Amino acid sequence: MGLMEKFFGLSWGIHPEDHKRPAADAVTRVMPTPERLYISLAQHLGAPALPTVLVGQKVKKGDRLANPQGPVSAALHAPASGLVVAIGEIPAPHPSGLPVLAVTLESDGLDAWADDLEGCDAPFDLEPDEISRRVAAAGVVGMGGATFPSALKLSSSRKAGIRTLIMNGGECEPYLSCDDRLMRDKADVIVDGIRLMLHATGAQAALVGIEDNKPEAIAAMRLAAAPYGEVSVRPLPARYPMGSEKQLILVLTGQETPAGRLPADVGVAVHNVGTAKAVSDAIRLGRPLVSRLLTINGGAVGRPGNLLAPVGALVEDVIAFAGGLKEPPARLIMGGPMMGLSLPHARVPVIKGTSGILAFSAAETNDRAQEACIRCASCVRACPIGLLPLEMARHVEAGDLKGAVRIGLKDCIACGCCAYVCPAHIPLVQYFSHAKGALAAEDRAKLRAEAVKKLAQARSTRLAQEAREKAELAARRKAERAAAAKAARETAGTVEQSGTEPAAGSAST
Amino acid sequence: MIAALLSLTILGLTLGLMLGIAGKLLAVEADSGIAALEALLPGTNCGQCGFPGCSGAATAIAEGRSSPACCPPGGKAVAQALAEKMGVSLDLSSVADAGPKLARVAEDLCIGCCRCLKTCPTDAIVGASKQIHNVLKEACTGCEACASHCPTEAIQIVPTPVTLPHWVMPRPLPA
Repeated sequence: MGLMEKFFGLSWGIHPEDHKRPAADAVTRVMPTPERLYISLAQHLGAPALPTVLVGQKVKKGDRLANPQGPVSAALHAPASGLVVAIGEIPAPHPSGLPVLAVTLESDGLDAWADDLEGCDAPFDLEPDEISRRVAAAGVVGMGGATFPSALKLSSSRKAGIRTLIMNGGECEPYLSCDDRLMRDKADVIVDGIRLMLHATGAQAALVGIEDNKPEAIAAMRLAAAPYGEVSVRPLPARYPMGSEKQLILVLTGQETPAGRLPADVGVAVHNVGTAKAVSDAIRLGRPLVSRLLTINGGAVGRPGNLLAPVGALVEDVIAFAGGLKEPPARLIMGGPMMGLSLPHARVPVIKGTSGILAFSAAETNDRAQEACIRCASCVRACPIGLLPLEMARHVEAGDLKGAVRIGLKDCIACGCCAYVCPAHIPLVQYFSHAKGALAAEDRAKLRAEAVKKLAQARSTRLAQEAREKAELAARRKAERAAAAKAARETAGTVEQSGTEPAAGSAST
Repeated sequence: MIAALLSLTILGLTLGLMLGIAGKLLAVEADSGIAALEALLPGTNCGQCGFPGCSGAATAIAEGRSSPACCPPGGKAVAQALAEKMGVSLDLSSVADAGPKLARVAEDLCIGCCRCLKTCPTDAIVGASKQIHNVLKEACTGCEACASHCPTEAIQIVPTPVTLPHWVMPRPLPA
């Protein structure tokens, strides 16, 4: 942390009204399994999972539905017992509304767990790699929203030799309170999960960062962590985006992660507190990740609060269970209001990374017309990374993506602080999201062009070789034919000669 | 003063001579740039530019006989890269680029004649005699070389469908 920050407090980020209460104080409700569940095959970072079940197959809760495909991928499990009725395309929980492959499960209403779940009473006797393996088998992904496969993070942390585990209980996004609620209700399970993760990674200490606007969660976690010296709870100043990986590392350890590098490069790994709970469930009970705590909030929601919903439940079912809508929502968001995805409609499923479902009233969305930039540099002050959002947006607006990358577009974490503070209501972060997508598309096109060029070259060499072989074959045939003709002529000659000889002989006799 | 003049003159002459020798000894062979231009082209030799293959097009662009915007499968991206390499400015609005395209075989029309797969520069069409052919999406460049060879007009060139991993957030409209 710089000197300035030491003396004058944090200079980056914003302090939006958090709107977390009363939803955070409402008792957690458990959503019953709806009739149909839609389990998206692409609900984690990396390659989509490959289904292992067939249509018409009966499954129990916790049975494997799909296997991970490739190193960065995660397994999927049945969130309820029932019948697989379809494997096909459904609308994805994504602003584009494009289709995604999913397994459709019809619940039998029994919610019976599978019999072969492999729990463990003495998990600290297990090898660290065995913990990673079981976490992978349970399909655990980062519960903060990025949905990176947790087992991969654990095993790579071990290889990188990280010293400190940072647990993210910041939950800096306004409106969301699911991590807060989880820490209040399940602090002991979270601490158990943290200790398992310490065992799996070989790290010596875990720091649990919790924003100071959640005093109940801090108290509960302190109580649960008291017997274990290696787990310490650290209250953080409430500030958005405190839950961003690099910001959290900076505030808790004083180390700055260099641009384009990973937390492992400064000896730490960051996990969400929800992930710790999922890890504990996976190891102790052998239960895969099939449900999650999520916040339902916003001015249009009947009864805001936190609820435990099965993965694959439709957003509209979740809203109906949570007391329905008071008014048609002006905007529907999955995740937080700052970084979440706006949904085209409510007939999309909950995924492992769904931290919240927000239905905003028209007053809350506050759509305003964009005006010209007055170069006030509010966005520069707000940017937690220290970029120049106004300059980057200028470059992107002019279609100069390379120029935007030159001044740091790749380091942008898309937190949205710049767009939040902009007095001219310029959608700055939307420009950067567009630019990152366009750059990724350019990279893909480049890779494809190279692969296609190789194919074209392979074809021309193959055609040349075929032509050469044909010519050689023709030459050989010709030579053979010539040889055969010659041989035929010669045998004919000898036959003639041998034919004439007896005649000559007979003539002589 | 004479000493100063003399020493500076000698210094200038020696350094000049050294520079001259170095210039001759370490001279870089002038790169025609044709190979560099060819590397930017798709390399499928589809012939839509009207030149004999990508090397022909690269030569024509280098000699100024053709515009950098002559490659239809390359679209705007290739045109811009070529123009940058040539150091010329190019009005990209003139380049017709309807986005990436793909060939698609209409299965009810395909008679399995194998003519298209022989013309495909990237071996992107698979099939056998009297079997319905199919296009490998990852290998097809949408160069249209196959379309004219199909006796039943079963090959259509369609825009590459947008899928979830390939979706790009639209750019916000300027104020």
